[in-house]
Amino acid sequence: MIKTFNTRPVAIAIKKIVKENEYTNTYIFDYTLHSKPGQFIMMWIPGVDEKPFSVALDDHNELWITVCKVGPATEELFKLKVGDKVGIRGPFGTSYNIEKDDHLALVAGGYGAAPMYFVAHEAGKIGAKVEFLVGARSEEYLLYTQKILGLGNVNLHISTDDGSAGKKGFVTELLKDVMKKEKITKVFTCGPEIMMKFVGEIAEDNGAECFLSVEKYMKCGFGVCGQCAIDGTGVLACKSGPVMNWKKVKELSEFGKYHRDAQGKKHNY
Amino acid sequence: MADISVDFCGVKFRNPTVLASGVLGVTAASLRNVVKNGAGGVTTKSIWLEEHVGHKNPTMFGTEHYFMNAVGLSDGGFEKAKEETFPEYLKDKPAPIIANIVAAKIEDFGELAEKISSLNPDIIEVNISCPNVEDEFGKPFACSLVDAASVTKAVKEAVAITKEVDEETHKPIIIKLSPNVPNIGEIAKACADSGADGFCAVNTLGPGLAIDIDLRRPILSNKVGGISGPAIKPFAVKCVSDIYKATGLPIIGTGGILTGEDAIEIMMAGARLVGMGTMVYYREVEGFGLVAKEIEEWCDKNGVKNLEEIIGCIE
Repeated sequence: MIKTFNTRPVAIAIKKIVKENEYTNTYIFDYTLHSKPGQFIMMWIPGVDEKPFSVALDDHNELWITVCKVGPATEELFKLKVGDKVGIRGPFGTSYNIEKDDHLALVAGGYGAAPMYFVAHEAGKIGAKVEFLVGARSEEYLLYTQKILGLGNVNLHISTDDGSAGKKGFVTELLKDVMKKEKITKVFTCGPEIMMKFVGEIAEDNGAECFLSVEKYMKCGFGVCGQCAIDGTGVLACKSGPVMNWKKVKELSEFGKYHRDAQGKKHNY
Repeated sequence: MADISVDFCGVKFRNPTVLASGVLGVTAASLRNVVKNGAGGVTTKSIWLEEHVGHKNPTMFGTEHYFMNAVGLSDGGFEKAKEETFPEYLKDKPAPIIANIVAAKIEDFGELAEKISSLNPDIIEVNISCPNVEDEFGKPFACSLVDAASVTKAVKEAVAITKEVDEETHKPIIIKLSPNVPNIGEIAKACADSGADGFCAVNTLGPGLAIDIDLRRPILSNKVGGISGPAIKPFAVKCVSDIYKATGLPIIGTGGILTGEDAIEIMMAGARLVGMGTMVYYREVEGFGLVAKEIEEWCDKNGVKNLEEIIGCIE
């Protein structure tokens, strides 16, 4: 009834750093947290800060964390080399549930491709079919496309805002096409909130269940500090999420509208 | 079935469980969710006059025995409380709300108390015991008899200004005390003599220091942090007992309370309400309802009809 678990970070050396594009690295560790697709970890860059990152792969052998350089903490992380240690704790939060009869549409915007890759990887293990839709501003921002093509169970669909790769336009337009052609059982999405809101609506219009990855400012990551409470029902992104059913997300009045900073103040998208 | 409702400084709580300050208290929606999960009342995260930036991560971690944190009292300031937290929470108020206030100077406590009073909380809790807020000698106000009494007096006087002729609008002032003193009873007595209506005891113990031996550095970015959780319960119970004996005033007992039996124990030492924060780490937010149910079950099993029978009963 009363859980006794430990959330001290564990120091792990970086085994390998893969440069995905100019702004994005994948950090690979000889470590497993037995995490499930959609879950996140907290990574502590010693002397700098600690931030949440979604898991890009955990095959019980290696742990992959794909990081986009977005602020001071990730800039410092990008200075670390192979062999340097970071503190890791997790996995935290909810995950995507995949069944073997599923025909999934995975909709990734920007670096949302990394956790979606983990979903596709796990779907392959149990024999579920996957339509992988990935969108980005332009070709150089596309992530994980080669790795996705390496998975046997996946059809890859690409869109870019400027048409430099795949279909020109938003990934949501690709989703409408795919939903027409294929009998999709579930739609999973990870990306900017506004994009995910459209994905939720398209899935609903087509009678498919939809699960989204909700990201909010986090401090602890394990349900205590309350920093990631979401307006509407007041549930926590780190506990009730990040993966949430679209039906529940619709009850969250702030979704797609604003987010909060470290002091709890609102900022509109 | 036992009546587990409690009267605290004239405010009625449907059960004695109260969300302690600093946990799940960033937004009104979060506070409402805590009530939905069974809490008898809630306490806001500490409110400053102005926006206050806290520490960088890591700010907290837990083990099976204890929890440590140094969040650094991050807050959006009085404006956020006024524009958002209070109006949204007080719309069909689901349970009593305690406004926890903090300041770095004695005068600021007075100004903030006066302002907060206008937002209509049920109770004002004065945080003089955070290890991050220090007097000129580098220690929390709650560690000095004189400082603790001065803050209490400043707050009481400020609230009296806003007090209508009608006594009923008077907001009870409770002081949140530090366990890091050899004489908590004396400090409580000094606050009581300066007009305190009650107490919340205790704030976190310490600070303590936890080191990551692989990285050879402290885990928390602030290096040191307050200790809470199961390990500190006996100390919290002793502090509550000392305050109760010294003043007889209402006390929110907090520190390592995880179960209904823990709650009963600290109430026997003199607590009228039971504050829980770190409990959420061990039992999730649903723990409030579970603890309330366990209190009721214990009372029924032991023939206790009303919690008044056990409050301070060891004396």
